[in-house]
Amino acid sequence: MVELISILIIYGVLLGSLTGAAILIWFERRLLGIWQDRLGPNRVGPLGIGLALADVIKLFAKEDWIPPFADRLMFVLAPMAVMIAMLMGFAILPYAPGIHVADLNIGLLFFLGMTSLAVYSVLLGGLSSNNKYALLGGLRAAAQMVSYEVFMGLSLMGVVMLTGSFSLVEIVNYQQEHTWFIIPQFVGFVVFMIAGIAESHRLPFDLPEAEHELVAGFHTEYSGMKFGMFMVGEYLGVILISAIIAVIFFGGWLGPDFLPPIIWFAIKTFIFICFFILLRAAIPRPRYDQLMSFGWKYMLPLTLINLLATGAIVLWLQA
Amino acid sequence: MLEYGLFYIAATVALISSLLAITRYNVSHALIYLIVSLLASAVIFYVLGAPFAAALEVLIYAGAIMVLFVFVIMMLNLGATGDVQAHLLLRPRMWLFPALLCLVLFAEIVYVLLSSERLLSGMVVTPKTVGIALFGPWVLAVEIASMLLLAGLVGAYHLGRRYLKDSREGATSSPEAAP
Repeated sequence: MVELISILIIYGVLLGSLTGAAILIWFERRLLGIWQDRLGPNRVGPLGIGLALADVIKLFAKEDWIPPFADRLMFVLAPMAVMIAMLMGFAILPYAPGIHVADLNIGLLFFLGMTSLAVYSVLLGGLSSNNKYALLGGLRAAAQMVSYEVFMGLSLMGVVMLTGSFSLVEIVNYQQEHTWFIIPQFVGFVVFMIAGIAESHRLPFDLPEAEHELVAGFHTEYSGMKFGMFMVGEYLGVILISAIIAVIFFGGWLGPDFLPPIIWFAIKTFIFICFFILLRAAIPRPRYDQLMSFGWKYMLPLTLINLLATGAIVLWLQA
Repeated sequence: MLEYGLFYIAATVALISSLLAITRYNVSHALIYLIVSLLASAVIFYVLGAPFAAALEVLIYAGAIMVLFVFVIMMLNLGATGDVQAHLLLRPRMWLFPALLCLVLFAEIVYVLLSSERLLSGMVVTPKTVGIALFGPWVLAVEIASMLLLAGLVGAYHLGRRYLKDSREGATSSPEAAP
């Protein structure tokens, strides 16, 4: 019985995240339209929601073209890497009390490891395409993601220090007893948010694909469902980062009793997805060197100071 | 029993991918196999009861160091010339002696593994235990490692700084070149 429930949860998570990513393709364009004072796609089905389905059918039906000059092994491997890594990330999310695929005692590290493995799809895609634009996009991605990964991980260590555990369930339970981590770890939240955008290479930090200078960056040579996997992987990344922010800094499933816990989790995640889209609508892209120096000169010292202060306070409270 | 199965599967994957990693002519294919091998060893760590080491294996080795390797390959972008050079390097004359040395080590490892009583420790090493061990009895090693890293950081900064100064002198007309 218990096994049946956990299998149901696994399939539910898989189906939910993939459907969410597909619907997000439509939802993002619609929301951008509203914020930019236009309609957005509104013709297919009610409110245009049929567009998600139409896009999926289009992507599956398109010719899946592998350029003869590309490195076949890596070219095929690259889009799979991002999908697999992002979907694995969903395994450690606690959706509600008792509803999770796996409660690892290294949950947070597992999430960081999966996001760092997702970098390979961009890298290998850029390298294998044998195309100058793709290569430049891949190079940028490598430098950007490796740098932002450093303080993405470090910004969460304040939370780990206070909780005393890497397990996400423990982190939520700690927030139930004390307070949401957004208050004691506000700096960590800001850094993690910015690093999360850079890590999922979304606008304004989408330098690896920057269409105004690099055509389409790392996925210039991709078409059909392989391109679709890059896109779905990116949206999965957005959902995953939003969910992690909700779990770590905003109490995950916690909330007043009039709604079930999983609804609270969904609402919080949804708000952060909308925030990601708002950022895309509102902020222009920085230059590449600005992005890198911002990361190393401001974000890293800020994270280290936050870490130091948190450590000092934890020790002071214990003494 | 299941743990033994998982261990042997992961170990087989690690062995095969490591072998492929050193025999590929194409350097980027070799790197992919090396990454697979690292992931397999992460699984081995996990099965052996060291989840923290497993996570760090994925996070640091597979996730950061190998990304830098790929980065260097992209910067060099050798393409077909790299393959030709690898063909020249991988003649039996070149690899025979190192392979013999490795064979000796392999025999030793097989002997050690056969002589030990139990393979799986059955004990889980939590992140907390690792932290206490690192900053308790092994604090000196941690400090030495951190000093080494600091030296590397300062060295990298020094090298990068000289490069920056050169490029500034080269392009004095650009407004950003002003110090």
